[in-house]
Amino acid sequence: MPAEIYLNVAASGLLTGLVYGLMALGLSVIFGVVRVVNFAHGEMMTVAMYLTLVLFGALQLDPLVLLVPIAAVLFVFGYLLQRALINPFINRPEHSQFMLLVAVALILVNLQLLVFGPDAKGIRTPYSFDSFQLGPLVVDASKVYAAGAALVVAAALFAFFRYTLIGKAIRACADNYEGARVVGLDVKRLYALTFGLGAACVGAAGAMLMAVIDVTPAIGPAYTLLAFVIVITGGLGSMPGALLGGLLIGVTEALGGVLFTPSAKSMFAFGLLVLVLLFRPQGILGRKTA
Amino acid sequence: MIARLLEGVPRRGLAMLAALLAFLLVFPAFASGYLVSLGFLILYFAYVGQAWNIMMGFAGQLSLGHSLYVGLGAYAAAALYVHFGLSPWIGLFASIALCALAGAAIGFLAFRFGVAGVYFAILTIAFAEFARIGFDHFAWVRGSSGLFLPVANYAENDLWNLRGSPRMFYYLMLGMAAGAFVLCHALLRSRVGYYWRAIRESPEAAQALGVNLFRYRMIAVVLSAAMTSLAGVVFAFYYNNLFPEQIFHVSRSIELILGPIIGGIGTLVGPLVGALLLTGLAEGLGELLLALGVDVPGVKQVFYGVCLLLVVMFLPDGVWPPLARALGLNRKG
Repeated sequence: MPAEIYLNVAASGLLTGLVYGLMALGLSVIFGVVRVVNFAHGEMMTVAMYLTLVLFGALQLDPLVLLVPIAAVLFVFGYLLQRALINPFINRPEHSQFMLLVAVALILVNLQLLVFGPDAKGIRTPYSFDSFQLGPLVVDASKVYAAGAALVVAAALFAFFRYTLIGKAIRACADNYEGARVVGLDVKRLYALTFGLGAACVGAAGAMLMAVIDVTPAIGPAYTLLAFVIVITGGLGSMPGALLGGLLIGVTEALGGVLFTPSAKSMFAFGLLVLVLLFRPQGILGRKTA
Repeated sequence: MIARLLEGVPRRGLAMLAALLAFLLVFPAFASGYLVSLGFLILYFAYVGQAWNIMMGFAGQLSLGHSLYVGLGAYAAAALYVHFGLSPWIGLFASIALCALAGAAIGFLAFRFGVAGVYFAILTIAFAEFARIGFDHFAWVRGSSGLFLPVANYAENDLWNLRGSPRMFYYLMLGMAAGAFVLCHALLRSRVGYYWRAIRESPEAAQALGVNLFRYRMIAVVLSAAMTSLAGVVFAFYYNNLFPEQIFHVSRSIELILGPIIGGIGTLVGPLVGALLLTGLAEGLGELLLALGVDVPGVKQVFYGVCLLLVVMFLPDGVWPPLARALGLNRKG
């Protein structure tokens, strides 16, 4: 019996981990190309979650459908944020970029607090209480759908970077800034596109998470930290690394929650982060030069 | 010694400093209790900002986890007082030792394994978060239900046990802030200070000239941690309650570094100017919104965020360097 509990918890952690992975993928893509650490990442995700909440209330559409327009809105938001605020900071020192994004995060969190109040809010889909049974495994339907959608979005992003011309141009900027400029790429526009794509990832992840957890303004900073832990564990700037990191952290937290007390679960995530930073600072799948 | 400290300091700057110090000394005599506690808060942030500045401003190591040292320092002294009735003046040695050790451990791990830049910053957050959750489950200091210090009435000030009025804490904090200022001034003119700035500007060049990067980075971290721990001790005895959820929180780390960044990283006066501006701004906004009848949570922080954004965008070096030029103080201090 206990073995089955652990198996179930691990499976559930794995599914949540995929959504975490998609969120972290956004952070990783932004850092990998623009070289700016998005300290407002979790706050951007709660923006997406509140959008889901409002649109779900107004239109009664499934979060899995809503994730498309929400990802689009976040894309525009990210694009404009990069163009208007972050571009002038590209060559400024790290602490200066950090302050800029902390200010953005502060504004986002408190605007959410202002509009929606501090209470937790959730949505209930028709399948909120459904579950799938697979032998001894029982998993929530919402988590399965969310994880499936996360995989689809991540695959689309991989394909975009691999096969489209713009995707290749963005990778060129990441590999060699000077070189990209020499061959005439509009680096600023590509950076803004990348930031938009990263924001779209976190937007999609937010829409999906809304089917699984409740939202409060306060979870934004917590998810920013979680995204850091994930991308550094997996390898900052590595796309498969972000997904792998998400899975690892999802399972670690879930198992840590049952093995010890649930309130101590993120301690395991941070413990894992410290170990990775010390013994493989570039992350599990990161490149040495990252 | 004193003559050496004063050497080369512009006369005008010295006069201004003396005037400022005189003002701060007599300020509580004619200020209301509210203003005195505000003054305490400004001096508190000036002090921790100065301590953080040693690591970031002087030696170039970005720490986003200084709440770890505030929290450890606060908990060590408070727990010794609550459990054994030990005076904070004795307890502070435990605080300093603990924080110096924690700083040394983090520094050792990071610098030995070559963790730098963004990664170092996130490592410091990770340790602070680790401590936050750990202390939530640490029964000896009452875990997440919080550690409370017995509150006596403010009839008389007991300096030995740090039980007393905000006025007493104000003067204590003033002494600490002034001490930190002088210490940092001396450090900047010492060999260590020059090594730090060499490391900050170019680690490779400094190493090529024979500066031991590891040793001087370690000195910066340990010193900064030890100084920050004292702020924690005062924090514990001023507020009389400690919650891991609050004291170790990342927002606390960010709060304490805003001052020196807004004021001007790496400058002596920056942390003080930043603390004054930010605390004044936060309180002023609160008062203004209260007067306007806008009492919605979040409004104040949104304004705060916008002001921060504007300063970061338009005054990248902080407020102090241009202000110093305007005042005719050309030197960076």
